[in-house]
Amino acid sequence: MADMMQFDLVSPEKRLASFEASEVSFPGAEGNMTAMAGHMPVLTTLRPGTVRVVGADGATEYVVTHGFVEVTADSVSVIAEKAFAREGVSREELQGVLEEARSKAAEAEPEHRDAAEKFVADLVHLIDNMD
Amino acid sequence: MPSLKDLKIRIDSVKSTRKITKAMQMVAAAKLRRAQEAAENARPYAERMNAVMSRLADSVKGSDTAPKLLAGTGSDQTHLLVVMTAERGLCGGFNSSIVRLARQRIESLQAAGKTVKILTVGKKGREQLKREYGDLFVGHVDLSEVKRIGYENAREITRDILARFDGGEFDVATIYYNTFESVISQIPTEQQIIPASFEESDADATLYEYEPGEEEILEELLPKGVATQIFAALLENGASEQGARMSAMDNATRNAGEMIDKLTIQYNRTRQAVITNELIEIISGAEAL
Repeated sequence: MADMMQFDLVSPEKRLASFEASEVSFPGAEGNMTAMAGHMPVLTTLRPGTVRVVGADGATEYVVTHGFVEVTADSVSVIAEKAFAREGVSREELQGVLEEARSKAAEAEPEHRDAAEKFVADLVHLIDNMD
Repeated sequence: MPSLKDLKIRIDSVKSTRKITKAMQMVAAAKLRRAQEAAENARPYAERMNAVMSRLADSVKGSDTAPKLLAGTGSDQTHLLVVMTAERGLCGGFNSSIVRLARQRIESLQAAGKTVKILTVGKKGREQLKREYGDLFVGHVDLSEVKRIGYENAREITRDILARFDGGEFDVATIYYNTFESVISQIPTEQQIIPASFEESDADATLYEYEPGEEEILEELLPKGVATQIFAALLENGASEQGARMSAMDNATRNAGEMIDKLTIQYNRTRQAVITNELIEIISGAEAL
C-alpha cells in the first residue's frame, strides 16, 4: 500500500471532502497532474475538469470548475470555487456555468479573451465527457 | 381612570404582541443555528484562501508589477465604504451599531478632506444613512429576495465593487459588518478589502513551485479573496442579525409579560372598586327606605 496523505476539498459554502488518499489527479493550469505522498510543494490553478482521488476504499471523482490546488508532501488541498461530487452533478448545472463563461468571454477585454475562451473550451470538453 | 372594557382590550392586545415576539424569537433561534452552521462551513475555505494569499502577497510585495488590488492605486483620496446591514428591523441595535461606526468613519474621512462614496448592502443601513449622506451613495445591493445567503451573492457584490475599482472610482474599499461574538454580543467591525491587507503570516518557509507564475496566480486569486472576505462578512452578519433579533425579541417578550401582569392587577383593582361601588349603592339605597 502506498503512503497516504491528507486530501481536502473545500468550497466557499462547505467542506466537501476530507480523508486520507494515496493519489490525487487533477487538471492543473498547465496540464493534468497526479500527486502522491512526498510530492514536492506545488501551487497551481485549476482548469475545469475532474479531480480523481484514490482513497482507502477506492476512487472518488469530483467535478470542479474554478479554483486552485495546494500540494505539499503530506497533503493535497483542492480549494474550488465550484465543486460537485461526480455522481451528484447534472449537465444542467454545468450548462449554467458554461452560459455564464460564454457571456463573459464574449465581453472580455482582448488581453483576457484568450483565457476566457480557453475556459469555455475546457468546460465544453468537460461536459461532453460527462457520461 | 380607564374603564374595565378599555383595560381588557389593552391586556388582549399586549398578549397578542407577546405571542408575536415569542414566535419571532423562536424563528430567530432556528435561523441562528442555520446561520452559524453556514459560517462554520465557510471557514475552512476562507482560512486556506487567506493562508495561500498572504504567502503569495509576501513574495510579490516588493515588485513593481504587483497587482493593483494588492498594492493599491498609490493614493488614498477616494474611499468606498461598503455598509452591510440587515434587510429587516426588529433586531435591537444591530443595524444602528454598524451605521454608527460607518458614520464616525465618514465624518473623520471628510474632516481629512477625503472623498467618500457609499455602497449599501441591505435596506436598513440605506434608510438610516440616506438622510445625511444621500448624495454620497453610489449603489445599493438588495438582498431582500435572498432566502439563504450563498457565495453567488458575494460574487455579485464583488463584481460590482471590482468594476468600480477598475473604472478608477475609488482607491480604498472598506466593509462594515457585525462580527458574531455571541447571542448577546455582536461587534461592529470595519475591514479593509482593497488594497488587500493580510496579517503577517507565520507560515512555514516551504518553497512552492507555482504553475503558472506567482503573479498570474495572484492575479486570479485576489478577486476571489475579495469575494471570500465579503462572503464571510455576509455570513457573520447573518448570524449576528439573528442573534441580535433573538435577544431583542426575548427582551420584548419579557417586557410584554411584565406589562400584562401590571395591567391585570389594575384590571382586578378596578373590578373590585366597581363591585364595592355597586354594593355601597345598593346598601345605601336599602338604608334610605
